[in-house]
Amino acid sequence: MTRAWFLWLTAGFGFVFLYVPIVSLVIFSFNESQLVTVWGGFSTKWYGELLRDPQILGAAWISLQVGVVSATLAVVLGTLAAYVLVRIGGFWGRPVLRGMTTAPLVMPEVITGLSLLLLFVSMERALGWPAGRGMLTIVIAHTTFCLAYVAVVVQSRLVDMDDSLEEAARDLGATPVRVFFDVTLPMIAPALVAGWLLAFTLSLDDLVVASFTSGPGASTLPMVIFSKVRLGVSPDINALATLIILVVGIGVAVAGVLLKRR
Amino acid sequence: MGRRWIVIALPMIWLGVFFLLPFLEVARISLVDPVIARPPYSALFQDGAFTGDLENYAFLLSDSLYINAYLTSIRIALISTVFALLIGYPMAYAIARAREPWRTILLFLVILPFWTSFLLRVYAWIGLLKGNGVINNILIWLGVIDQPLVMLQTDFAVYVGIVYTYLPFMILPLYANLVKLDGALLEASADLGASSTDTFLRVTLPLSLPGVLAGSMLVFIPAIGEFVIPALLGGPDTLMIGRVLWNEFFSNRDWTVASAVAIAMLALIVGPVLWLQKSMERA
Repeated sequence: MTRAWFLWLTAGFGFVFLYVPIVSLVIFSFNESQLVTVWGGFSTKWYGELLRDPQILGAAWISLQVGVVSATLAVVLGTLAAYVLVRIGGFWGRPVLRGMTTAPLVMPEVITGLSLLLLFVSMERALGWPAGRGMLTIVIAHTTFCLAYVAVVVQSRLVDMDDSLEEAARDLGATPVRVFFDVTLPMIAPALVAGWLLAFTLSLDDLVVASFTSGPGASTLPMVIFSKVRLGVSPDINALATLIILVVGIGVAVAGVLLKRR
Repeated sequence: MGRRWIVIALPMIWLGVFFLLPFLEVARISLVDPVIARPPYSALFQDGAFTGDLENYAFLLSDSLYINAYLTSIRIALISTVFALLIGYPMAYAIARAREPWRTILLFLVILPFWTSFLLRVYAWIGLLKGNGVINNILIWLGVIDQPLVMLQTDFAVYVGIVYTYLPFMILPLYANLVKLDGALLEASADLGASSTDTFLRVTLPLSLPGVLAGSMLVFIPAIGEFVIPALLGGPDTLMIGRVLWNEFFSNRDWTVASAVAIAMLALIVGPVLWLQKSMERA
């Protein structure tokens, strides 16, 4: 009995460790004082400050656009990659494709960022495209590493899925394209939603790859946050963090309910 | 038949151009000289002659900064992995032993922080650890200390940041392993007279070793190349290899040395990565 007590105590410590920073971010976002960690009374002034900061609002808008476009491209390409790996066996490039869809998962971000930037620079010299760096190059970079995550999520769904329905549709004379859109796609839809959300979150959160591949005038939200917090804590960032936690919390809860209902 | 090739070609071409080709670029640029031009490096072939050399790599070996950063990265990643294991194991074990609906709720609590911004969660630790931060204020208020402890901008803060960020990566493979543990084995061990400590050390722990190793790799590999955590929480002398690469590129604008650092970093993680891939295929 004493051992069980000890186990729950140490595990409890772990959960406290996971949540103390998040809770303190939220509490101090309502702090009147500029000093962030010294309580000076309840206030929502930092939220007002945040909503009047054009730099943060502009960066948030860029991040949202980049996130939506990259997540969507990553779902399309990642699903294709997963489908090829699970359902189309025996073509020469399979091991190469498998390697290329798993390697980005473990690649250090600084290497992904640097290597893509070097590629963009060389391509611009050789082909004249992409002209300069900005949102387009960030989208390409984010799509590339996000599609690997989408491929993992969709692959596990495809592996679990019985392919007898697809076979039946084929036997009944459906073309491969119809089988994919009428049978496979509806069955893997939850994985596509989960993959899109994961890709969107990863894109929204990325500092390192975006810093390497972005150009002047295309600062994403993490880039602005990083340059602000590098100089110390600032209470409006606490307010921003609280809003993000709120949105994510609601999003995860809604996704959980939706997935459970299926 | 024609459509099938489009399906295969699209992801192949995208990843070939934007994942494989960039590495060849890094390898190429790590072999050439920096020049004051746009882009700031010389060509690998000039008038058809190969002009590459290993000068950038020799430079990495000649300056103790790079070797120190390399060793610091290994040390910090190793120590963080051990602490993540010490904190993560009891959590994974408790979740695996919990009854529903607690199991689902606890798992959800482990995964949830992963979905909120990584950058902001690291930032939260600045407010907790700094001189007049939350932890120091509480300790002074309790009378444990009179002077604030110096925690921010130390290696300690970097350990905390890495353990905190990558803890879910340790817990999830451990949990997946421990939840499959056959209760009959534990009962048999107890029936044969083993104490619960004996049972843990001689049955549970050896059986959970694959989970321990997988979780450790999932913490160690990203910790090696980490940039954000040492940059925000570490001191000026907490030079990890990811931070050195960043500085070479953004501060020194030396793209050729940055490329050589990238290749050296790859050499460090390729072993653990291949090992991880093999063990996942076996599972």
